[in-house]
Amino acid sequence: MSSVTRLDQEISELPRSRGHWRNVWARFRRRRLAFISLILITFIYLLGIFAPVIQTHDYQETNLRRTQQGPSAENWLGTDRAGRDIYTRVVWGIQTTVIITVSTFITGSLFLGVTMGLFAGYFRGWIDAVIMRIGEVVSAFPDILLIILLAATLRPVIVEFARSVEDSTGMSGLVSSGVVDYVVIGIALLPLSWFGMMRLVRGQVLVLRDAEYVQAARAMGTSTPRILFRHILPNVVSPIIVSVSFGIGAVALSEVVLSFFGLGVQPPRPSLGVMIGEVTARGGASVSVLRDHPEQLLAPIIVVWLLIFCWNIVGDALNDVLNPRSR
Amino acid sequence: MLAYILRRLLWTPVLLALAAFFVFFMGTCAPGDPAELRLGNRATPERIERERERLGLDRPILFQYAKYVNGILKGDFGDSYHYQGRPVLELIAPRLWVSMQLNIAALIVAVVIGLPLGFYAAKRQGTGRDPAIVISMLILYAMPVFFTAPLLILFFAVQLHWVPAAGWGGFFSLQIILPALTIGVPGAAIFVRHMRASTLEVIGQEYIRTAHAKGMSGFVVNYRHIARNALLPILTIMGFTLAGMFGGSLIVELIYGIPGAGRLSLDAIFQRDFPVLTAFVLLGAGMLVVANLVIDVAYTIVDPRIRLQ
Repeated sequence: MSSVTRLDQEISELPRSRGHWRNVWARFRRRRLAFISLILITFIYLLGIFAPVIQTHDYQETNLRRTQQGPSAENWLGTDRAGRDIYTRVVWGIQTTVIITVSTFITGSLFLGVTMGLFAGYFRGWIDAVIMRIGEVVSAFPDILLIILLAATLRPVIVEFARSVEDSTGMSGLVSSGVVDYVVIGIALLPLSWFGMMRLVRGQVLVLRDAEYVQAARAMGTSTPRILFRHILPNVVSPIIVSVSFGIGAVALSEVVLSFFGLGVQPPRPSLGVMIGEVTARGGASVSVLRDHPEQLLAPIIVVWLLIFCWNIVGDALNDVLNPRSR
Repeated sequence: MLAYILRRLLWTPVLLALAAFFVFFMGTCAPGDPAELRLGNRATPERIERERERLGLDRPILFQYAKYVNGILKGDFGDSYHYQGRPVLELIAPRLWVSMQLNIAALIVAVVIGLPLGFYAAKRQGTGRDPAIVISMLILYAMPVFFTAPLLILFFAVQLHWVPAAGWGGFFSLQIILPALTIGVPGAAIFVRHMRASTLEVIGQEYIRTAHAKGMSGFVVNYRHIARNALLPILTIMGFTLAGMFGGSLIVELIYGIPGAGRLSLDAIFQRDFPVLTAFVLLGAGMLVVANLVIDVAYTIVDPRIRLQ
């Protein structure tokens, strides 16, 4: 047997190396609490996505003969003051959360935050200075106050705009479909989402732009967009994932707070925040509701609670798994 | 160092002016004509026109902004639309004072619970107690105030009659306990997290091993060598936490019926009283910026190793 074939044989007997992401997944799965949290999050989000299929009633349907009922076979989580089915409204509320979280993260944090961070870190100079100063102004405000102000002032402007689009195109139902609410909330949450992500990416890029492999790519005449998106971006993905997983809970909670104040999703479209706001009469009746009809308050709150808790646990675990140096 | 502080001091007014412009601009986008809102429904078009002129609403926006800033410098944030021309500052100041007292009480709760727990968790790393503390604090942190506030009232006020259920009686009254706990306990979770991380970092340092090797007592090493050094990074977090609480106290004030800034700003939203709302946001921003500046400077004094640039 020649030495070459023996070498081949030896190589084939070595354990196959797994890819980076499979390693990450294997390490993540070993964290029991984080793994359970991820399953719970997936389950909750699936409830929201399949809301039209798994609903037992219509979310608007009122039944004045069955108001404020406790849980029963007909209404799994009971009914609210107007006799609407709480289970149905909760799953639709989750759908609202899913839509808002996904759209806010794709537009604000991932699109705006990541590209601005790449540009600021790579080009430095005045681009960096301008982006950073804008960010400083935006982050000078207490989050919730800014979000409330934006939502309150922008809503009429955006609703007006949507109406004019409806009139000129002959399309109808744009305002009533709730899309406008999502746009309002998305824009109001922008200041919360983009700056943190931008600063994170910028910091990473500042280090990577002088890395040898980037210098090599530049020396070979690689175009700037290619360097940014093919060479630098893949190396920033890990911190981005960690940051997103920590941020999702905060965004979900902000939507709940906005809708609670009546500035977010508008009835009849259900949202967890709208449900909490309606049932407690915007805070005033919290105590009596918790005493007399706890399920009406607890149903939406437990979902919010679980989402925030689970995302934090998952974020922690991802941080350990993806950035081993930070431990 | 001095140059850094000077630069920060010069940038702060610019930052606040830009923030003010942003808020002012949002205010002008707001629906409703201020002149109409002031005069009510029965005003004739001529009177509205005259009022617009009197308020300077017919002038360019930059001119209006200059007027607004000029007013702020003299302590005049404009007049409320809703409370028939009462100066905004007169409405806000007492409310803001209440909110500040509440938030300071909450910060005390958060620090008193959070720092020792975080330190303890770090010292017990590797045992079951460390994750138990971290996870139970996270559970409390994630619990929405919509639930914790009525739960505390129901238990401590309605069932046990230990404290009054709601209302406001000043910083040294029994009424402040429940709202301060409602805001402070989730805040403590943030301190636990950071104090734990920073203690773990210090424990790994060589001078700690040296101190132990010298035969110093565990108590002295814990408090003089570890805790003191671990506290340094916590200073920065205090600023952020206070700012975060300021937002969180809006809902808590509503549920506990506390006449703070939260109640007034919520009313301002629904009455379209934008001068009040913008003043709030602006004052909030001002406090946050100044607090962060103070903390940054304090940092260099407490820790001489840090040289800001």
